[in-house]
Amino acid sequence: MIVPMEHLLILATLLFALGLGCVLVRRNLIMILIGVEIMINSVGLVLVGASAFWQQVDGQIMVLILMAITAAEVAIGLALVVYLHQQKKSIDVGIFDEMRG
Amino acid sequence: MIATLMFYLLGAVALGATVMAIIQRNPVYAVIYLVKSIFSLALIFYLLGAPLIAALQVIIYAGAIMVLFLFVVMMLEVTPTNAATRTAPGWFHWGPVLLLALTLVVLTLMLIGLDPASAEGVPRWHASPRDFGYALFKEYALAVKIISFQLSFAAVGAFHVGTTERRRARQEDVS
Repeated sequence: MIVPMEHLLILATLLFALGLGCVLVRRNLIMILIGVEIMINSVGLVLVGASAFWQQVDGQIMVLILMAITAAEVAIGLALVVYLHQQKKSIDVGIFDEMRG
Repeated sequence: MIATLMFYLLGAVALGATVMAIIQRNPVYAVIYLVKSIFSLALIFYLLGAPLIAALQVIIYAGAIMVLFLFVVMMLEVTPTNAATRTAPGWFHWGPVLLLALTLVVLTLMLIGLDPASAEGVPRWHASPRDFGYALFKEYALAVKIISFQLSFAAVGAFHVGTTERRRARQEDVS
């Protein structure tokens, strides 16, 4: 390891907190998805750090799986954003508060 | 020693780019700042001994996922277009971009310029693509199959969501 594991965890925690804040504060659907991306990136950083800490390749494989899951999530999420924009001509989350089911 | 210093600098660049991405009003700028954050994270991955993941981070995240974001942002035309914000970008806009980009470029050139034979040239432990491939397709073969299912489900789901509205409109035309 080139740095102590704690510093890497601190960096990942800060990135995760920034992404969580973006998800909670922003009212724009695209920005909420960007916040989710930031959080997923920080999780990937922890996995690569763990892989280097124990010198096993498993953590990096989990990052690859994480990337595939992110691609699936973004495909569905952006398709839903386009659909909702067609419905209401806006992507502000405040407009979509009367959805049922 | 150089690698340790570079880790902290790259971490600072990643945090700064992420903060700038979050506070942007325009989603296009936010996506571009996020690409910068992803590049610095890719360099961190390389320093931590994951060269293949670093390359995939650039290719898949920055190359595919972020371009998909940009595509949707520009297709929906959700960027704020008030006349007041249409002035030429000042130093408030150029400053962070220049600082972060210059740091990233200099660090990348430093990483390229390191002597591969020296102790700093390559990470002490790193997973070669060969080890990675053996582990991926032997121990994690089932996970690869499940992930491929998931990706095809996502493709079908996105197609369904994308065509539902069009199909309904066509049915209303017919009836």
